[in-house]
Amino acid sequence: MLGQDGGRSDEIRPAYQAFRKWLDAQPENRVMRKSEQAENFFRKIGITFNVYGEEAADERLIPFDVVPRVLSGNEWRKLSKGIEQRVRAINAFLYDIYHRQEILRAGRVPQSLIANNPAFLSKMMGFDPPGGIYTHIIGTDIVRTGPDQFYVLEDNARTPSGVSYMLENREIMLQMFPELFADIPICEVSDYPTWLRRSLSACAPAACLDRPTVAVLTPGTFNSAYFEHSFLADQMGAELIEGSDLRVVDGRVAMRTTQGYKPVDVIYRRIDDEYLDPLNFNPDSMLGVPGIFDVYRAGGVTIANAPGTGIADDKALYSYMPEIVEFYTGERPLLENVPTWRCSEPDQLAEVLDKLDELVVKEVHGSGGYGMLIGPTASKAEIEEFRAKLKDNPDGYIAQPTLALSTVPIFTEQGLAPRHVDFRPFVLMAPNSIDIVPGGLTRVAMNEGSLVVNSSQGGGTKDTWVLDD
Amino acid sequence: MLGKTASGLFWMFRYLERAEATARLLDAGFRIALTRAGSSRSEWESVLTTVGQLKAFKERHGDATSSKVMEFLLTDRQNPSSIICMVKAARDNARAVRIALTREVWEATNESWMTLDKLLSGKIAEADLPDVLTTIRQQNALVRGATNGTMLRNDGYNFLRLGTFVERADNTARILDVKYYLLLPSVSQVGSALDIKQWETILRSVSALRSYTWLNGATVNPRDIAQFLILHEQMPRSLAFCYNKIADNLGYLAKNYDNRTEACEMADRIQLDYLGRSMDTIFDDGLHEFIEGFLSANDRLARQITKDYSFEVTA
Repeated sequence: MLGQDGGRSDEIRPAYQAFRKWLDAQPENRVMRKSEQAENFFRKIGITFNVYGEEAADERLIPFDVVPRVLSGNEWRKLSKGIEQRVRAINAFLYDIYHRQEILRAGRVPQSLIANNPAFLSKMMGFDPPGGIYTHIIGTDIVRTGPDQFYVLEDNARTPSGVSYMLENREIMLQMFPELFADIPICEVSDYPTWLRRSLSACAPAACLDRPTVAVLTPGTFNSAYFEHSFLADQMGAELIEGSDLRVVDGRVAMRTTQGYKPVDVIYRRIDDEYLDPLNFNPDSMLGVPGIFDVYRAGGVTIANAPGTGIADDKALYSYMPEIVEFYTGERPLLENVPTWRCSEPDQLAEVLDKLDELVVKEVHGSGGYGMLIGPTASKAEIEEFRAKLKDNPDGYIAQPTLALSTVPIFTEQGLAPRHVDFRPFVLMAPNSIDIVPGGLTRVAMNEGSLVVNSSQGGGTKDTWVLDD
Repeated sequence: MLGKTASGLFWMFRYLERAEATARLLDAGFRIALTRAGSSRSEWESVLTTVGQLKAFKERHGDATSSKVMEFLLTDRQNPSSIICMVKAARDNARAVRIALTREVWEATNESWMTLDKLLSGKIAEADLPDVLTTIRQQNALVRGATNGTMLRNDGYNFLRLGTFVERADNTARILDVKYYLLLPSVSQVGSALDIKQWETILRSVSALRSYTWLNGATVNPRDIAQFLILHEQMPRSLAFCYNKIADNLGYLAKNYDNRTEACEMADRIQLDYLGRSMDTIFDDGLHEFIEGFLSANDRLARQITKDYSFEVTA
């Protein structure tokens, strides 16, 4: 059972051996007891999320599983090389798309996919973001289908969340089973906040002459990821601000302090592009700061990630990622892209409609596991509903095969049981460096057989170990 | 620090202080109700008057009975002045200023909320009340202890102390006013057992019965009680004590920010006008008038702090 991560069920993957040895030696019930304590720990620190549309349970816990997901040093090196290549390509793609658009001229990506895309911000055209960085933080979603086969599911290039779980999951494992960390060489993840601050500071705007003031911009305490926003600000030693704390003063973005307005240099924003600036984007936004985008374009503030990065993780564009990687790096992609049918193309749409019961269909602009069809587990009615949707608006959808996702063990009352997982490492990009903390967020579909790992749909998390071997 | 953060700290500690003061009042009220069963209505009314809720209570519940007042001030989630709502408000403020708190303070506050949320989820039986009130005080003490033991003594700390003492001064002044006013007619008949019990409740509601007896012997004397609660600089809930702390903390801010604000001046004036006097002159001018003046000055100071340190957006 242990070690099905990409392997056959009767194998024990080498990376899990040390953990298994430890587990076998545990007195009966110890792990179960600790597992129950974990919930109290998370409640106490308040690592909760809000589920939209569920009023009664406005702060909920994400289930935590005590069995870690383990990657060997070799697996990690391979993976991180592939991620680095991909992130470099994404950043180069964004620069190109907002400047000369060579890739469109070369005909490698269709013009229409950019021009008609709401994630494309024409106001970013010709602008060089501070330090040349668009994607300061990327969370690449990866799934595994075989010992050496990793697929990229999504490149979250806007505001990837979940890094606080990576850090707190490790923290609780350290508290519950400290002996594991003495016996097994596990890479640390605790440097992440320091690295984040460093890479954000490295992109200070032209107007910043001193040590940069860094702040995390949150929509507020009612946002589902508020815990993470305050956690990151706290760990980085940065301010946690809301739009109402900010205004434009003398050409700078300034925050209201107890001693008057003081300029902010780097804003790690956790709000979407359209809400950033009611003067430049959605005029109804109450979350943003009027005029912040003009200050940004004038070099008065850094916004991370840059506005307009969403074009790079658009699902319609996803199928072109292999071309994008090759175009900008001159190399073959190291990580696989999931084969994708573009429903916007009639012959591909026909193919999709023909085998809807085998495919996963996703909305091009959807996220969080909402608005998708998982053919093999869907009812006839659900399939027919999607068939109608697809015919009605083919441009709005892509389709992918259901991958034979690897499973990893979770701890249940009946003992260990296999569940499907995905994996999100977090990549930090600065002008002269790309850093990936050896670890990441492993999300697990807690329900037997389920492929959906999103926390909003009953997914859980577990600690992820990269072995220092 | 952000004005919003300073405001959150200030209010977090105001709510904690107010919740605790309400718990003490209930405790004292409960004792009186026990000792003179059947005629406890005026006692509960005085508790409601002290927390400024008599009108709101009467509109919803009519006559003040033990169980209705208990419910209203302890577990009623529709009443923003109930202990459960104030603990929640403190916790919500803490969550909003999470990054200005140490992990210990946040966890103590959050756990306190979780404990009380569970404890105060249904109707509280009278027999359980003493235990419940003790738990409330203990939870508050944990937060205070974590604050004392782990927080940096920086501007954030100054704001949370300001919140604590502005609120405490307000509470003490109200208790004194209501009780004194209510009990005054009986001053002429000092000495009955009932009367002494009444006076003792004043001290009980500020957790100071023992320290009072320590200082003044066993004679409970209205004038000494007033003196104790207003001017005694060692009594941690007296007006003088609170204003020493307020002046100290505003002074640290002035030094730290290199800016003496209007609030600093105002606190000094309040100290001079109200607390730099003898008990005789306070009584000569009328205790009730004195307290009314003090309460409104204290309120003005809170508003001045809000303004001077940019707690809110101004046009």
